[in-house]
Amino acid sequence: MKEELKDIINRLAERFPEKESALLPALCYLQNRDGYVSEEGMKSVAVILDLPEARVFSTASFYSMLNLKPEGKYIIQICTNVVCTLLTENPLLEYISNSLGIREGEVTPDGLFSIKEVECLGACGYAPAMHINEERYENLTFESVDEIIGSIRKSELI
Amino acid sequence: MKKILTANISGGTKISGYEALKKTLSMRPEEVAFMVERSGLRGRGGGGFPAGLKWKFLPQNSRGTIYLICNADEGEPGTFKDRHIMEFDPHLLIEGMVIAAYAVGAKQGFIYLRGEYGWIAKFLPKAIDEAVREGLLGDNILGSGFSFYIDVFRGAGSYVCGEETALIESLEGKPGRPRLRPPFPGTNGLYGKPTLVHNVTTFSCIPFIIQNGPDAFKAASSTGRGGTKLFSISGHVNKPGLYEYPMGTSLRELIYEAAGGIKGGKELKAVIPGGLSTPILRADEIDVSMDFDTLAAVKTMLGSGGIIVMDETVSIPRVAQKAARFYAHESCGQCAPCREGTAMIKLLLDRMVNGQGEQDDLDQVMRLCRYINGSTICAFGYAVSLPIAAMIRKFRNEFEALLENR
Ligand SMILES: Cc1cc2nc3c(=O)[nH]c(=O)nc-3n(C[C@H](O)[C@H](O)[C@H](O)COP(=O)(O)O)c2cc1C
Ligand code: SF4
Ligand code: FES
Repeated sequence: MKEELKDIINRLAERFPEKESALLPALCYLQNRDGYVSEEGMKSVAVILDLPEARVFSTASFYSMLNLKPEGKYIIQICTNVVCTLLTENPLLEYISNSLGIREGEVTPDGLFSIKEVECLGACGYAPAMHINEERYENLTFESVDEIIGSIRKSELI
Repeated sequence: MKKILTANISGGTKISGYEALKKTLSMRPEEVAFMVERSGLRGRGGGGFPAGLKWKFLPQNSRGTIYLICNADEGEPGTFKDRHIMEFDPHLLIEGMVIAAYAVGAKQGFIYLRGEYGWIAKFLPKAIDEAVREGLLGDNILGSGFSFYIDVFRGAGSYVCGEETALIESLEGKPGRPRLRPPFPGTNGLYGKPTLVHNVTTFSCIPFIIQNGPDAFKAASSTGRGGTKLFSISGHVNKPGLYEYPMGTSLRELIYEAAGGIKGGKELKAVIPGGLSTPILRADEIDVSMDFDTLAAVKTMLGSGGIIVMDETVSIPRVAQKAARFYAHESCGQCAPCREGTAMIKLLLDRMVNGQGEQDDLDQVMRLCRYINGSTICAFGYAVSLPIAAMIRKFRNEFEALLENR
């Protein structure tokens, strides 16, 4: 396991003139693998890239897309910036919170969903917008949101 | 109308063009740089700095390492132009980067892509591979002896990383905190080496300039300066989206002709002309030419060209509150005026909008804006203070009403 991580990170580092540049890609790799960036993971990265642990922790905690604690399997990221909220009468955030029964920053009890408020997603022309994990959804309505969440639930039944 | 940025679009990622690159390789690097300088191309990332002048800050004819960075961090609220170039015409960007690299003597380039653009992170490397396969990128490009490589680096969620020195820090595996200048990236950039940073759209203008000449580029604007401009138009319009128009097109034309006018037949109230960080215009101020100099003269900015249109139903204090929340969340926290000032402005506006404001709150916000303005390491300070102060100055009665009716 450890050896495998070492290989992967070393391969990431080869792409760059200086290996410190592999830190952010390495943290993203951990998050992809585990769903979040664990303390243990950060410690391994520090050893492999030969960086002080404090450097790894401070970088990891700076970026809003890196999760330092476990999140739901599906992270619903709702844009609450100016344009998305100009066009929705009732903010989507509130609607989704109510329908899932959790607030922003929380995880549903079944571990399936978490909700995050995010800044402008570069979809202002197609507002309102959200991402679920890496998937992008634009021109949302309450109905389409229900459909999207419903189809995720269905896919999880199988 | 002449389209510049969409010149190569052929659907998907099919390779066409690269004619400008072929021409470039038959010229001397300094001739290429001179063409870009004469075209009057100004940076499309927001600052509008002349590209030709920026290239001159790099070491000339040096054999040392020079890095090229494409700023694809696009985080300015209201902006979605770079995304569409990368989605629909990634080869235009790649070609522009190779030409710039040839002109300034860079061997390695990075595209710093905002973390949220995951779908672009999937296919941009494919476009890069295609270009390499065709000999248009990589070793010994088209047999010229010139080699240049591009790698995609994905950010992880931070608005400040769009600021070029924060972006460099981030590429070095650090938190994205802007650097104090001088030294500038042109001499001390990535890993301390000379580095040229341009926005996606800036690089994408270069192939046209080389292929058709600086005069054709100038002629594509309505002011005789600066080519076309991509405007991302959003908010209360009938046809929101991305439009390429001559630099200097009037804001009225963009709203009423390009974007089809105000939705639902409502009245226009205000427009943010160049992304959330640019000062707001009232409905009676939209007969203005959308170019760097004219907008500066009316105390706002062309910025990223992200036009946010607001109809009569919009509450400006609420927009100010949303903006303040954004800046308070995104401040990197290095400078006390920015860190504390944005937090205080957010608190005051929250309380005003919630009907709990105190009489002095409005003046207090204005004082904080003045306090932040000009006293910070990076231009984020201006990005907060100028637009919020403008909203208060131009729509003061709406803010005062909140204080009276509480
Ligand atoms: C807070 C802040 C955020 C910025 N965000 C971006 C951005 O998302 N994209 C961008 O190209 N430039 C951004 N810039 C401007 C860059 O610092 C830099 O000027 C630009 O990348 C230079 O490219 P250009 O010469 O092509 O305009 C930002 C600046 C500041 C102060
Ligand atoms: S102005 Fe704000 S964002 Fe810029 S360096 Fe200072 S604290 Fe960071
Ligand atoms: S404001 Fe929501 S995507 Fe830009």
